[in-house]
Amino acid sequence: MTHAALVRQPIDVSGLTSLVASHAAGAITGFMGVVRDVNEGRAVAGIEYTAYEEMAQREMEQIVHEAASRFDNVSVAVQHRLGELSLGEISVAIVVAHAHRAPALDACRYVIEELKKRVPIWKREHYADGSRAWVDDRNAPATEVVG
Amino acid sequence: MQVGVLLFASYADAIGARTLRVTLPHGARVQDALEYVRGLPGAERLPPAPLIAVNAEYAPLDRALAAGDEVAFIPPVAGG
Repeated sequence: MTHAALVRQPIDVSGLTSLVASHAAGAITGFMGVVRDVNEGRAVAGIEYTAYEEMAQREMEQIVHEAASRFDNVSVAVQHRLGELSLGEISVAIVVAHAHRAPALDACRYVIEELKKRVPIWKREHYADGSRAWVDDRNAPATEVVG
Repeated sequence: MQVGVLLFASYADAIGARTLRVTLPHGARVQDALEYVRGLPGAERLPPAPLIAVNAEYAPLDRALAAGDEVAFIPPVAGG
């Protein structure tokens, strides 16, 4: 069982867990990425996520299929949030189930690492001082937001 | 022939557009779309060799384009 989705509402981690849980799954593991309050020394107030949605959906589906085939047919569900997120909100959640812990843990790590390498999603940090910057564009001056 | 160009995140801000409709000669390749975009005002803020996808799949510079293709310029990804 695999599931991959981009979502605009808060991620329901227990809902994701019930997608992969079964009586055969003796091990369920997960990863959550959470908006934190500081990045590279700057106070962060929130993060805006955007994506090339068609491609991001396709890449996420490919990654969960790869995880299932590399790690003994684990069940895996991943969702990534888009839009404006506040501190403490979950930006990405992965839940993996298998009869045993090793394939589940390995698959979970695989999915988050590949997602961060390949899935066309971008974030713009909103700083406590009111400025904003794309995380891929560190060298550009932060845009001052007026009004 | 016409192709669509998609720009995202910092690239869209640099060029000042998210989508462009571009006319390229028949037989054009990804490289030709890159050269077109590199000639636009603001393109000096793009890296010399940005990742490019055609129709939502990563594509090399020598990939041939067809009319109606969507050529997406992919900034360094930052999900998670």
